[in-house]
Amino acid sequence: MIKIEGIHKTYYTEATSLHVLKGIDLEITEGEYVSIMGASGSGKSTLLNIIGILDSYDKGNYFLNGKLIKNLSEKQAAAYRNEMIGFVFQSFNLINFKNALENVALPLYYKNVSRKRRNIIAMEYLDQMGLKEWAHHLPSEMSGGQKQRVAIARAIISQPKILLADEPTGALDSVTSVEVMKVLRELNRNGLTSIIVTHERSVAEETRRIIHIKDGLIENVESR
Amino acid sequence: MDYPSQHKNNNTSKSMFSLLRIFFDPDRWQEIWITITHNKSRSIMTAFGVFWGMFMLVVMVGAGVALEKGISSEIEGFATNSCFIWSEQTSVPYKGLKKGRYWNMYNEDIILLRQNIPEIQHIAPILFGGGQDNNVMRNDKSGTYSLKGNYPSYNLIDESKMIYGRYINDIDIAEKRKVCVIGERVYEVLFPGNEDPLGKNIQVNGVYFQVIGVSRHTSDVNIGGDAQETVVLPFTTMQQAFNQGNVVHFIAVTAMPGVKVKVIEDKIKAVLKSRHSISPDDKTAVGGMNIEDQFTMFLYLGIGIASLIWIVGLGTLLAGGIGVSNIMLVTVRERTKEIGIRRALGATPQNIIGQIISESVVLTMLAGIAGILLGVGLLHVVGILLSTGDQFFKDPQISFGVAIGALFILVVIGAFAGFLPANRALNIKPIEAIREE
Repeated sequence: MIKIEGIHKTYYTEATSLHVLKGIDLEITEGEYVSIMGASGSGKSTLLNIIGILDSYDKGNYFLNGKLIKNLSEKQAAAYRNEMIGFVFQSFNLINFKNALENVALPLYYKNVSRKRRNIIAMEYLDQMGLKEWAHHLPSEMSGGQKQRVAIARAIISQPKILLADEPTGALDSVTSVEVMKVLRELNRNGLTSIIVTHERSVAEETRRIIHIKDGLIENVESR
Repeated sequence: MDYPSQHKNNNTSKSMFSLLRIFFDPDRWQEIWITITHNKSRSIMTAFGVFWGMFMLVVMVGAGVALEKGISSEIEGFATNSCFIWSEQTSVPYKGLKKGRYWNMYNEDIILLRQNIPEIQHIAPILFGGGQDNNVMRNDKSGTYSLKGNYPSYNLIDESKMIYGRYINDIDIAEKRKVCVIGERVYEVLFPGNEDPLGKNIQVNGVYFQVIGVSRHTSDVNIGGDAQETVVLPFTTMQQAFNQGNVVHFIAVTAMPGVKVKVIEDKIKAVLKSRHSISPDDKTAVGGMNIEDQFTMFLYLGIGIASLIWIVGLGTLLAGGIGVSNIMLVTVRERTKEIGIRRALGATPQNIIGQIISESVVLTMLAGIAGILLGVGLLHVVGILLSTGDQFFKDPQISFGVAIGALFILVVIGAFAGFLPANRALNIKPIEAIREE
């Protein structure tokens, strides 16, 4: 599903350059449940962004579902993101003036699904997250756990190949964290390849493989 | 190797196509509509400038039109290619004659002018007369009115509408008939209760005349007293009945089409001066009023006012458009996160450009239409309030064509206003936009 060969990434500012990834090799097969751990600045978020086609890389190769993700036009990148990748973020990143239903339906809008159909589908996904009654509430009227579940519903509505979660429990208390992790585990059980970036040991231990990153290199891999 | 900046030019050119596609896609309009209506105060703030600009433009254009209508109704029915000539005291001694001499025009002068100046279209000699109080009588009704001796051609120069009967004709002139055409006001006083005046006799300065017509004067240009309060006699009849000999008080002339009134005015003055022993250098001995000059001045005044209105109005509108662009630039920055999220969820750059420009166009259009409606409403109310009063300012409104043109301008302004913010939105990298604070 994901094949990464010798990826390098350097961030340049006017005066300095920061070599963030220094040759990462990684392979993740379909249906895997993987977490990436590391201290802040280790490069774990950059790696996730490259996997999510939100960021580019300087050297190496990245294959997603057999396709080389390199030198894509903006349009192609947008299409791949839309079709293959679902994102879950620490701060939910819901659009605050859209209600839960509209937020969940948004990826389908960019897939040219008609409004009526995408609202029906979005409602199904909200129902699956146990949030049917909250469909017409704005994000500001919901709790953190609810917002994250809306975000997850939005991430999976376009039936992506992989789910990328960047600190999905970072903004949640321990009880809702457990809830959200349960949802993610359930999705993985149903066959969704999932990658979680976290610095919480308890979250990482939910996954089947823990990749530790330090100073832009994979330090070690724990298989469980 | 940076996705967001790569292929940007390519995307910009393609965006015109996606704009067209968006135009015919109700689903996208809905998305834009949701974004606009869910951010009401932001939208109102953005659009207010355009609303106000359009409102001002409509009100000012309407006012300009009203002023123009008012002015043109003042001179309705009056030949604008005309001038008037009369005699004044001489101001220069000439051929042994002292200055300060009085002189008169005579019937022969009119014939001579006709013969010598082919550029004259119509020429009408006029006699003025008044009288004592209540000089016009019929039975127990009476009033004080001006008296005028006219030729039929006068009605071609300063036209009155006949509400009863006819105007003076050539036979009246030739036979010196004792007939008269009375002004509308005279009729109202002498013939109360809408009585048919035709064939009835009235007494003017002690002489009886038969009424052959009632005239309604449309222009506010009055020669020798208010035409509504005047009794008009055949010129020849008046000369004879009131012992005026062959004196002419006043002549009204129009120029042939394509001839400047100034040309005939100068020629007439030259002929009169040479016939009446007046120095060619005497500027004041022959009085003249050139209606064409006055009219041209009004015309230029109107054009000047109209251009000023359009310059100021369009400037205001443009300022409104720049306001839209400016505020949208700010809100794009504010919406960085929203746009980043949209990008992460699969929005293409064209989607984002289309969204921002469409928002701008929709906001501009809505604000503009609101401005037009309010402006037209105000003009309508003002029109109703003015409809009874003095009509120097008449029936303010804007034409349908102007409204459509303004809407078109709005679309263009909206599209241009959205262009800069859209480009900035394009430069937002999703990765930066959704980075945790």
